Amino acid sequence: MYTYYEMDKNPGVRVDEHEFGNKFAYLDNEEIKEKLFEFKDGDFSKITLYIPAIHCSSCIWLLEHLNTLHPGISHSMVQFIKKEVSVTFKEKEISLRQLVELLASIHYTPLITLDNMDEKSKKKESRQLLFKLGVAGFAFGNIMMWSLPEYFAGEQGIEPALQRFFNFLNLLLAIPVLIYSARDYLLSAFKNLQHGVANTDLPISVGIIALFSQSVYEILSNTGSGYMDSFTGFIFFLLIGKWYQNKTYQALAFDRDYKSYFPIAITKIVNGVEEIIQIKNLKKDDRILVRHHELIPVDAVLVKGVANIDYSFVTGESNPVQKLINEPIYAGGKQMGEAIELIVNKTIDQSSLTKLWNQSEGGIEAKETLNNFVDRISKWFTIVILSIATLTMLTWFFIDAPRAISIFTAVLIVACPCALALSIPFSYGNSMRIFGKRGFYIKNTQVIENLSKINTIVFDKTGTLTQSNAVNVSFGGKEELSNDQLSFVKSLARQSTHPLSVTLSQHLANMDSYQLQNFKEIAGKGVQASIDGHQIRLGSATYINIPEAQDRAGASKVYISIDGVYLGYFSFENRYREGIEGLINRLQKKYAVHLVSGDNDGERERLLKWFHHKENVHFNQNPDDKLQYIRSLQDEGKNVLMIGDGLNDAGGLAQSDTGITIADDIYNFSPACDGILESNRFHNLYKYLKFSKSSVNIVKISFLISLIYNIIGLGFAVSGLLTPIVAAILMPISSVSVVLFVSIATTVMAYISDKSS
Amino acid sequence: MTILFVLIVVSALVSSLFLAAFIWSVKTGQFDDSYTPSVRMLFDDMPTEKPKTTNPTEKSKSNNTKSITNSND
Repeated sequence: MYTYYEMDKNPGVRVDEHEFGNKFAYLDNEEIKEKLFEFKDGDFSKITLYIPAIHCSSCIWLLEHLNTLHPGISHSMVQFIKKEVSVTFKEKEISLRQLVELLASIHYTPLITLDNMDEKSKKKESRQLLFKLGVAGFAFGNIMMWSLPEYFAGEQGIEPALQRFFNFLNLLLAIPVLIYSARDYLLSAFKNLQHGVANTDLPISVGIIALFSQSVYEILSNTGSGYMDSFTGFIFFLLIGKWYQNKTYQALAFDRDYKSYFPIAITKIVNGVEEIIQIKNLKKDDRILVRHHELIPVDAVLVKGVANIDYSFVTGESNPVQKLINEPIYAGGKQMGEAIELIVNKTIDQSSLTKLWNQSEGGIEAKETLNNFVDRISKWFTIVILSIATLTMLTWFFIDAPRAISIFTAVLIVACPCALALSIPFSYGNSMRIFGKRGFYIKNTQVIENLSKINTIVFDKTGTLTQSNAVNVSFGGKEELSNDQLSFVKSLARQSTHPLSVTLSQHLANMDSYQLQNFKEIAGKGVQASIDGHQIRLGSATYINIPEAQDRAGASKVYISIDGVYLGYFSFENRYREGIEGLINRLQKKYAVHLVSGDNDGERERLLKWFHHKENVHFNQNPDDKLQYIRSLQDEGKNVLMIGDGLNDAGGLAQSDTGITIADDIYNFSPACDGILESNRFHNLYKYLKFSKSSVNIVKISFLISLIYNIIGLGFAVSGLLTPIVAAILMPISSVSVVLFVSIATTVMAYISDKSS
Repeated sequence: MTILFVLIVVSALVSSLFLAAFIWSVKTGQFDDSYTPSVRMLFDDMPTEKPKTTNPTEKSKSNNTKSITNSND
């Protein structure tokens, strides 16, 4: 591969000698650098950069050979799944800014946002689970080995000295499992109990403690060999379930907030001198400079230049809005065109966009604490088990008093909802993988249960129902334009950076191009030039100077005049995603379907054909309206699924019971949500909703199965027959059969759902 | 029979070595990324001799004979 790149004039490594200007100048700021570096040791610095462009194995090769491009780089390593590269380099030889510019020049531009400035602790958590799993597995394996002799020894048993030795070794190994591996379950049960809530961890903890204390008592008093094998095995299986369930999509982020969108630094102008400062240090009345394609991070007032603000981040509407001097500009917009200067109105955490975000934040947290199905059952389960145990103990007190206590613990041991605790992680974990294979990525397994309860669906329009990058261009006028005229239009349009001009020139890509003279662009209005002595004008109706006649509100239009004669207009319409009509039709049979669009009602006619209930279709909704709309639906007691795409839906997505983002590229930025759905699988949405219901039903059936095991086990325990070997057989059988059942059942249901049309 | 006690302790020690190895491997991040190493091992080594074709990029020219040390940290 190395020679491949060398022989072919570096086809992949196009080292453009780009001028980045001051784009990455903020990386020279010591304070910012300090926060970005992972560590700094003498000459060497290490930094981990997120590079969205990583997509193939050649990317890995190239990025891991950065040291051939610059001697200052000593080592680089790619984490493909996370799309990250860790670079170790000598700061004396190549500064961070040069490094980033080098990466950008080979088209691997790293994405450095406010998010990078926060501490990262996620990594540690997943490792903790692996450590716990390792300890539990180690103990389980050894204890099983030392317990087997007893199982097969038959009537006479093994030599007492050896048996005692085994027992003490078992005890020794079980202690770290209880203290370390099982800690989360015990702590969570304890915390919940303090708040008067019972969750699944409560019956599990009761079982764990009963198992452990009974075993310790038996071993120390030399009355038996305890149940340490069952105890460690149980914890081991529980942790495996947790690990299986926790495996999430590392490269996808579901919890993005405005920090992931905002740059770290901005250019501030102090006494006419440009200075780069961190965004969080911006104060009211600071003067800032925003260049082409830069994001405006705070609410501000325009003081210099012509602002053409693209608010697509916030509203989903991609046509830039023109702003004049002294007009307020809200955070989240992107400047298109010349550099502008602004005076800061509000600091970053008080800006309108951040406020909207923080307002909906409560919604996200509320979602997490929703009582799920298992937690509701757990409460009753614990009460029933404790009463059975107490009743049994009282009864045995009269039959055989000395055994009463040990039978009490035996009941608790056998009632420990091992199978119950495993069925959720394995069935939902499997469903999550099934969804993932079908282009639907969910944040965690709780989403499956939330999805199954949905009865109302709210759609966004722009970018969700419509494709975000494709538009239908059509011409309207007295007569069709000639090829020459079309070529004129194309030649003019390709000189402009306005999105509509870009689309138009792409639409007319087959036409010839001419040399332009006297090209003039009036931002926000239109363009003009002369070609072959003809005067061509493209732009808004006022620019062309025609009365806005028979104008259908909504559709974006570009008007054309040649030599002062108005010829007609090109109109741009959003193209709807494939299969949308069918999907909406299907969904309306079972769910209440709503539409909230940030756009004007230009497409009302078409949409009303699809949506059966007129009162459910709303236009001109700003982000806050969307949030309030969903809140009002929820107040009516509805379970709302919101489907959106952009930052303008962020409030709604967070407020809804389940928020799903539609994405053309799942690795692109998407607002905080519960799930990301690939746009080409959008038409399968109803299948996914149905499948989530099947998953929940499978879990319910598995609960029944594990309940049957519990009843059998209770039979042994109540009658005083529970020996370690019975426990050691019953526990794995029940667990394995439940795990097998849920895994097979979910896979079969997925197959059936794929087959059905 | 007493040899059994010794052997059991030895077996426990051996297995704890494996536990230690596991903990070490998690700590050094070997479980963090399960995909990249599978691709990385397929990359060719750097040619030890300078290739005959001339190198078009000046930047890499001076360094392309330098060997790559790819330690996994």
